[in-house]
Amino acid sequence: MFVFTYIAVFALAMRLRRSLKFTALYQKWNLPLNLIGWGAVAMFLLFAKAVKNDEIHGIAAALALAGVLYYLQNQPDFKSFGILLKAHYPLVAVAVTVELISLIDESFYDKYDDFFQSAYFVAFGYIFIRLATSKKQQAELKRINERKDELELMVAERTAEITKQRNALQETVKELQATQAQLIQQEKLASLGELTAGIAHEIQNPLNFVNNFSEVSMELIEEMEEEMAKGDLEEATAIANDIKQNLEKIRHHGKRADGIVKGMLQHSRASSNIKEPANLNTIADEYFRLAYHGLRAKDKSFNADLVTNFDQSLPLINIVSQDVGRVLLNMFTNAFYAVHQKQKTLGPDFKPRVEVATRVIGKQVEIIVRDNGSGIPDAIKDKIMQPFFTTKPAGEGTGLGLSLSYDIIVKAHKGSINIDSKEGEGTAFIITLPLA
Amino acid sequence: MKILVVDDEADVQPLFLQRFRKEIKNHEVEFDFAQSGEEALNYLKDKHSEVVLILSDINMPGMSGIELLTHIREDFPTPPPPVVMMITAYGDDENYKQAMDKGADDFLTKPLDFNLLKEKLKTL
Repeated sequence: MFVFTYIAVFALAMRLRRSLKFTALYQKWNLPLNLIGWGAVAMFLLFAKAVKNDEIHGIAAALALAGVLYYLQNQPDFKSFGILLKAHYPLVAVAVTVELISLIDESFYDKYDDFFQSAYFVAFGYIFIRLATSKKQQAELKRINERKDELELMVAERTAEITKQRNALQETVKELQATQAQLIQQEKLASLGELTAGIAHEIQNPLNFVNNFSEVSMELIEEMEEEMAKGDLEEATAIANDIKQNLEKIRHHGKRADGIVKGMLQHSRASSNIKEPANLNTIADEYFRLAYHGLRAKDKSFNADLVTNFDQSLPLINIVSQDVGRVLLNMFTNAFYAVHQKQKTLGPDFKPRVEVATRVIGKQVEIIVRDNGSGIPDAIKDKIMQPFFTTKPAGEGTGLGLSLSYDIIVKAHKGSINIDSKEGEGTAFIITLPLA
Repeated sequence: MKILVVDDEADVQPLFLQRFRKEIKNHEVEFDFAQSGEEALNYLKDKHSEVVLILSDINMPGMSGIELLTHIREDFPTPPPPVVMMITAYGDDENYKQAMDKGADDFLTKPLDFNLLKEKLKTL
């Protein structure tokens, strides 16, 4: 029966050879596997002649098979053939056991020889049954592996794509941030442009006073000298007193101009974002006048009643004053624009009026900018805070004023902006800022 | 000669008083002041017959100088009407034309040339 063992070795070698045929390993293993296969045939022929004892020959064949299996199993190249190799174990075991039994007790063997021969058959047959199922499994495994590779490839592709998209998006975000910063700066400059005329007017006035009071003081000094020459010390002292007052006025108006220039520079400078205690009334008043004169300078026919109702008990509050100033400037400019538009349509019968008021309510400060202008139509009420939304003709408004105001008041100062507007009757913007 | 100066800037008052120091001392002129168009109209209600000259800024919050001028010409037409000189920082043609159309007698630009103003007063 041991011929089965040889057949198994030969078949195994040939099968492995065939399996490797179209792989890179074929070159390496073609010869060794041929040697094993044909070696088995050679051994069979040799041992058949040389060894008279069939049992010994059978054990030798089984050991040869075991040796081949042991050798192959230790080769990393045959790792994936584990199932095939293991399928030979029963044959080795059966061969050794059966031959040993036959060797030890031949009569016992002969008595049950059908059974022992069947065992050989079964063990031999098992290899092929196992092989058939493992082939199926391998095919399945191969299919799964292929699918896996395919999926991994797809995943890699998708990942690359997503990474590319993410990078592109990050670039876009960066660009948008840069553009936003630029737009904010442009909006600042645009509002500065609106202010320029107002600023010029506001500076011209104090400068006129500085010039006038210094001129008149020179005249007064001459007069004083005359009086002193005459010996009228009383009059000379009175004049000296006037001169002193004038110098005080010169200083006052010089400082006024100084403050306006400083405010202007601050307005266009990038925000420091540092909150400092500030007097809202002063800021509101300053920008109220600047906005008014700014529009006045552009359109001489424009005039409006400027009403201020400041709560004088207003405490200092922590704000980035230049930012809040910009918000107020924007609100004032809008209010003046609204009343001006209405004035254009209604003519001289309409009395434009813009009011700014401050008051403390609980733990909050309210700044109300109210106009009796054209009002905001309901249809656009929820749009006016959106960036780039403007009702002004192209080129006149950036559409960023209120959107930036919202960012400054709501996001940066934790306040709120409410709008109370009736079309045709007027608008009130109510800014609320927390006191602490 | 009584002169009413209308300007929202309060410091205009000491300036005029000092510039016309000698004239005031010699009782050649007398000044009164108003800080808004409304205030000026109120003042004129009682004293329009005394006032010879009104110097008014154009650019004021509330009632503008031009509006004040219109009111003066409408409300106080009785002869002799006061001389009204408009003063403005914006000395452009449009402003000038508007002031003259509404019946201003003269048009002065800021900064005020007081010597020129004094010359003009002599001709009144």
